Amino acid sequence: MEALTWTGSMGWLNPVLGLAVAVTVFAYALQILMSFIPNAEMRTVGSGGVSAASQGMSGLLGRVGAYGFLATLGMVLIYVLAGTVMGPDAGIFGGLSQQLLPVWIALVVLFAVSITLKRKLGLYGKLFDSTVGMIGFGLVMFWVFAGVFGGVFDMLITHDSLSQVSGMKNKLPGTPLARAEPDEYQWFLLGGDNLARDVFSRLIKGSWVVVQIAPMATLFAFMVGITLGLPAGYYGGKLDVFLSFLANLILAFPVILLFYLLVTPEIVQTGIPNYMALILFIFPLVFLAVLLNSRFYTQPSLRTPLLIIVLGIAGWLYLSLVSTDGAIVDAPTYRLPGLPAFMDLFDIDPGVLVVFVSVVFVNAPTVFRIVRGLALDIKTRDYVAAAQTRGEGPWYIMLWEILPNARGPLIVDFCLRIGYTTILLGTLGFFGLGLESESPDWGTTINAGRRLLALYPHAAIAPAVALLSLVLGLNLLADGLREESLRD
Amino acid sequence: MGIFILRRLGLMLLTALCLTFIVFWLTNLYPNLEKLAKTQGNFRMSDEAVTSYLENRGYLQPTPVKFGQWLGVVPGWITEAEDGTTTGRCFTSATPADERPRFCGVLQGDWGFSTVFKEDVGATVLTRLGLTGKLMLCVLMLMVPCALIVGVLAGMREGSRLDRSLSTFSIATTATPEYVSGVIFIAVLASSRFGISPWLAEMGWIDGKTLFLGSATSAMKDATFWNFFLPVLTISLYGMGYIARMTRASMTEVMTAQYIRTARLKGVKFRDIVLKHALRNALIAPFTVIMLQIPWLLNGVVIVETLFNYKGFGWLLVQAAANNDIELLLAVSVVSVIVVLATQLISDIGYVILNPRIRIT
Repeated sequence: MEALTWTGSMGWLNPVLGLAVAVTVFAYALQILMSFIPNAEMRTVGSGGVSAASQGMSGLLGRVGAYGFLATLGMVLIYVLAGTVMGPDAGIFGGLSQQLLPVWIALVVLFAVSITLKRKLGLYGKLFDSTVGMIGFGLVMFWVFAGVFGGVFDMLITHDSLSQVSGMKNKLPGTPLARAEPDEYQWFLLGGDNLARDVFSRLIKGSWVVVQIAPMATLFAFMVGITLGLPAGYYGGKLDVFLSFLANLILAFPVILLFYLLVTPEIVQTGIPNYMALILFIFPLVFLAVLLNSRFYTQPSLRTPLLIIVLGIAGWLYLSLVSTDGAIVDAPTYRLPGLPAFMDLFDIDPGVLVVFVSVVFVNAPTVFRIVRGLALDIKTRDYVAAAQTRGEGPWYIMLWEILPNARGPLIVDFCLRIGYTTILLGTLGFFGLGLESESPDWGTTINAGRRLLALYPHAAIAPAVALLSLVLGLNLLADGLREESLRD
Repeated sequence: MGIFILRRLGLMLLTALCLTFIVFWLTNLYPNLEKLAKTQGNFRMSDEAVTSYLENRGYLQPTPVKFGQWLGVVPGWITEAEDGTTTGRCFTSATPADERPRFCGVLQGDWGFSTVFKEDVGATVLTRLGLTGKLMLCVLMLMVPCALIVGVLAGMREGSRLDRSLSTFSIATTATPEYVSGVIFIAVLASSRFGISPWLAEMGWIDGKTLFLGSATSAMKDATFWNFFLPVLTISLYGMGYIARMTRASMTEVMTAQYIRTARLKGVKFRDIVLKHALRNALIAPFTVIMLQIPWLLNGVVIVETLFNYKGFGWLLVQAAANNDIELLLAVSVVSVIVVLATQLISDIGYVILNPRIRIT
């Protein structure tokens, strides 16, 4: 087997791609330079105040730039399409795009369905009116699908993410396996790491860790922040002073110091993360209970069964979440019994739990401050006064009048915060905290790869670029959402 | 104003006390102490040996007492060994009996003794802070002007291609944490086998093997562009995007103000409008953001100092935390809490001074 080049037999297209990229960059740069010269932009205004496209050099450059960008996109699409058909014949990119075929199909289906139905889908549909939002959403969904297909169904990966293959230590991308069985995948597409494992498979497996933990942790942080921030903003007074002081206290901690204090094996032994989980995870329950009770308390015949069912399910999930092997806290000196093992729906690895808890703990105060600020602003509106005059209870006003009207900024912040949580998870991995050292998550992989960075950079670059693209996607998505939600 | 500052200082003190107590409590939990005893003594200590080691060094007193001793409001512990020698928190057995102080804590100016570095905590922290100060100064000198220029250029013509390009650039930098950009920079610019350095060396454009040095250890003694630029750039980039976006938002708001429209109608040149009329008002909000960004830089400093092996304050934090060096960790957290709270105070006061429309009640 020969080593793969990056583009393989599609290599003859490379100069064309290079040309397209060069034209785009050149046109953009030139147009920006032109904009510093006064009166370079001639915008003709036709009858009825309709403005036409920009004229003159600037307009021409703008069009050249736009076409160049489209040509670049088209070229990339050709590489991907050719790759899915030809596979490794089209080089490393070909091999990658063939492996990622399920992701491409899922993305195309999702975008096709969403764009056809975009007028019926509310804010989500409006996202497809903004290019930036669409690019961001595409990047995010790419990693979500990669995580789900690769992590849950074991589809995309070429090798086992933990097994070491002899002779593949620190090998460059596209190196063929030395003694491959015929039914094995013949190459390490993105090379081997310092323990001779396949970088590409670890990348895909790692995306599942991130895609699982980051949104969930952010959701829990939002539950905590909303449940505490609404009353702090609405009632004000002593409660507000106290909660704000607590939030500022946590925010004054340098994040990394907090992680080092919370996420060490010694602290896990004391059971502190379990107690924190016990407290932090109760907030979604409180939130749900108050949400439903404040809405339906006038109809007890509906409220009581609804609350019993919802809280029953949520409580069961809660207890399964906090208890492992029939105990909530299992310290060497004592044991706090929890849900018996036969009723336990799922067990969370203690390493993952402590990472999860500390990420929620770090994020919650910021959410609290945002929600508190929004509540302070919205409680002066007329519809809140109207609800107060109607005699609605304070929790009804907070959860059914204030919260829905604060949803725009909160949704945008949710997207940004998932990105920030991803960065935090990477930071934890980078310092080797929490998850075990063979975990494929991106932060840990970067940490493992950085020791040989000057000699074999591919093992660290691949997860670094992956993390960058996911967080960039989330930021662009948030930007698109902000633009679209401001429009109406 | 005076009362406001006094109240804020009081709040700062309270926060610092609470935080140090939390750090104190977490580092003094028994499993942490056990680890400390085993790393200081030897790893095969029996449980009794660990207990007596901790007992002799005053670690097993109640946490509030120990905290008081650290603060210097409770007399330090004194242990009498079986052979009659006494050791204490504030003295060794060699100190003459009449020179032994009763209190030794932060209030007396004694920050304790680092178990990792075998040095006085106060001196250690000061040297490391000096090194990090150098790094931070360079970062601010690079980050602030760049961020302001990017933000002002993007905000002066909202929606133009320049605006969109620069905004995308700022979003991209905020999405790139230091450990990602640092890794990419080292691979591309500071590797003798990959990236552009071998190519440049072949062309004869650079003297050494690499364009930049991937380790900043030598920059601790004398910092040059070659060995110090990459860490500075790595920290600056992550913070820059946020400041640039805030500057852009503030600039676009100012550019739609009435007095700017009046100036345009009067026929003032666009350059003069931006430089003379808009800029000053547009820079009020970024000032606050820049001050509040400094504590965030601290995170970046920890990551970058670890990645580039620059032994400053961030590196010290990692060493202290990884080895459960209690007194060093406390000093480090006091310093970082003071940085956070002081920058908040400065940003509030500065905002009031810069913006005469705001009054403190």
